[in-house]
Amino acid sequence: MSVLKIKDLHVSVGDKEILKGVNLTINTGEVHALLGPNGNGKSTLLSAIMGHPAYSVTKGSITLDDEDVLAMSVDERSRKGLFLGMQYPQSIPGVTNSDFLKAAINARREEPIRLFQFIKKLDKAIDELEMNEDLAHRYLNEGFSGGEKKRNEILQMKLLEPKFALLDEIDSGLDVDALRIVSESINNMRNDDLGMVIVSHYDRLYENIRPTHVHILVDGQIVVDGGYELIKKVNEEGFEWVKELGVTFKEEEKKIAPMSLGSCGAKVTRDE
Amino acid sequence: MSVDKKKYDHISSENIADFKDEEVAVFKTPKGLNEEIVREISQIKNEPEWMLEYRLKSLKCFLEKPMPTWGVDLSDMDFDEYTYYLRPSDTTTDKWEEVPETIKNTFDKLGIPEAEQKFLAGASAQYESEVVYHNMLEEVREKGVIFLDIDSGLREHPDIFKKYFDTVIPYSDNKFSALNGAVWSGGSFIYVPPGVTLEKPLQSYFRINSERMAQFERTLIIVDEGSHIHYVEGCTAPSYSKDSLHAGVVEIVVGKNASCRYTTIQNWSKNIYNLVTQRAKVDEGGSMEWVDGNIGSKVTMKYPACILAGEGARGSVTTIAVGDKGQIIDSGAKMIHLAPNTSSQIISKSIARNGGHADYRGLVRHGKKAYNAKSKVECDTLILDRQSSSNTVPANIMSNNDSTIEHEATVSKVSEEQLFYLMSRGLTEKEATEMIVMGFIEPFSRELPMEYAVELNQLLKLDMTDSVG
Repeated sequence: MSVLKIKDLHVSVGDKEILKGVNLTINTGEVHALLGPNGNGKSTLLSAIMGHPAYSVTKGSITLDDEDVLAMSVDERSRKGLFLGMQYPQSIPGVTNSDFLKAAINARREEPIRLFQFIKKLDKAIDELEMNEDLAHRYLNEGFSGGEKKRNEILQMKLLEPKFALLDEIDSGLDVDALRIVSESINNMRNDDLGMVIVSHYDRLYENIRPTHVHILVDGQIVVDGGYELIKKVNEEGFEWVKELGVTFKEEEKKIAPMSLGSCGAKVTRDE
Repeated sequence: MSVDKKKYDHISSENIADFKDEEVAVFKTPKGLNEEIVREISQIKNEPEWMLEYRLKSLKCFLEKPMPTWGVDLSDMDFDEYTYYLRPSDTTTDKWEEVPETIKNTFDKLGIPEAEQKFLAGASAQYESEVVYHNMLEEVREKGVIFLDIDSGLREHPDIFKKYFDTVIPYSDNKFSALNGAVWSGGSFIYVPPGVTLEKPLQSYFRINSERMAQFERTLIIVDEGSHIHYVEGCTAPSYSKDSLHAGVVEIVVGKNASCRYTTIQNWSKNIYNLVTQRAKVDEGGSMEWVDGNIGSKVTMKYPACILAGEGARGSVTTIAVGDKGQIIDSGAKMIHLAPNTSSQIISKSIARNGGHADYRGLVRHGKKAYNAKSKVECDTLILDRQSSSNTVPANIMSNNDSTIEHEATVSKVSEEQLFYLMSRGLTEKEATEMIVMGFIEPFSRELPMEYAVELNQLLKLDMTDSVG
């Protein structure tokens, strides 16, 4: 069994503190849901665990089986078994999905995977996620619909077999069928060697997956812990009742979409 | 096709261009350039009188023409410091066994016999100034295709040679075509008779291997009516302390309904001035494709051109330029539309890193008669750090009211988000950067034969870790 332990985690973006002392322990075999109003730090927590360079940890610790995660580079964290299913997966023009997946698999192996074995694995995963067969040859997330991108995240999770998967709004942009496929796929992966943290705004995903632990994150701190019943409560009553516990909410700030540099006026590539 | 990875792996940690063997020169002229040296070159080559006159005419033109004042500053060049002719062994040979051992060693380290065995139609490897190894598959001979080093071409096929030589790029075109006209040596001569299609590419490797030696390769390719070929030229040069000069001229004649693709990746060492004139003249319904990679050299000025002279002629240039530390790569393309319904496409990918410069300079001209001509230009630039820079200098000129030119350009850098994404899947920062760069140039590399794509990969996998901005 592996343990991912987050202790008194403080995280800032620039001068602004977003996480103000988060404590959370996840064991493999458990599925944790992270609830809370927008802009209160759920995505920040997941990104900070993975080591996104925009987030700086000012205090606290993250350990994976007593190893200091904060001392690891992003790629080391991945190779140690952390996986972040992203809200906005990047596209990489000119790099095929299959080349990328092979490189990612090989990054955690001593001997490169045999081509035949890789193709078999990939085909099986594509099949399970009911994705298009041409996926392997398309450029990574380039021109993918929102739903395809999210399925592609789950596909990567399947192939990389992490110890802990952090899924950030993995269900946004999915239609009913896709949601069913994704949650079935996640359920199929559940076992004693995999721990998960899931962030979602919709209870449908949670209904399908039935998290074992539920936390409510408000203004950079986890204020309520509980089980599946918390999801029902939030679903019925929203977060207003949490205020009665003496917690102040943080208003969501306007998000500005990321944009890449463009010149000569013409083609500016933008992800979302 | 499987690629012997070992061959490449053992050199991947070193600079592939740094291998250098003992000089095996049999003859070379003294440094500097004058009429005497030009006469000597012509005499050694036992050339006809008209070629000697041509060389002298070119020399005069070269001496009279001022240095170009646009593009890259070339004022540091000292023409008296170069050697203008050098020949490694007496005869060209047809058999691999006869190639001198030192030369073989160099090729070995570069993995060239590999390429030769795998799918060569004919390897004409230029070592120093002369072609020492020449091999043609039966297919090529049987179809009546002439594939020779250029000296043999002149000797054995004087009529064809004289008919086309200097017709696409006159010696007086620019200072460096004039220089080439005076001292040209080595290069390929290809004549494809009408109605011939070669399935496999013809290949040639070029290499400079002597200090302060200039290489003035001259290539003349004629693809006659309805014929189709792909010619691949590769260069890797060892590093030296003294500046060196490469001023090649490549002339291509594409006949009616014929097609020619010319692929090259130059990786001259980082002290070479690479000033090349490449131009094709395309007849009615013909097609010319330049696939042009520029990775090495100190300074490159090179703008492959298509003159679309016949109705419905097509031209395309797919090019990458990588400007690394101390390099200025000024490259691009020219498309001159002279006839109706002609079309052209330019795809340019530039990468600037470690303080290097990679500029795009291009010209698209639709002449008065080029009704319904269409052109598309796409130039993308990837800048890997704050020290590097890139300029895009396009010129689009239309002289009629009935044609279209599209121009798109992007400049980007490797984004933090893309790096994070790839690294979060276990790729190191270096691997992730490489992957993004390889993806960026994919529109170029997919046009390459497999082995060249692998070699390009190796050449570009220099340490990029520090150059992420």
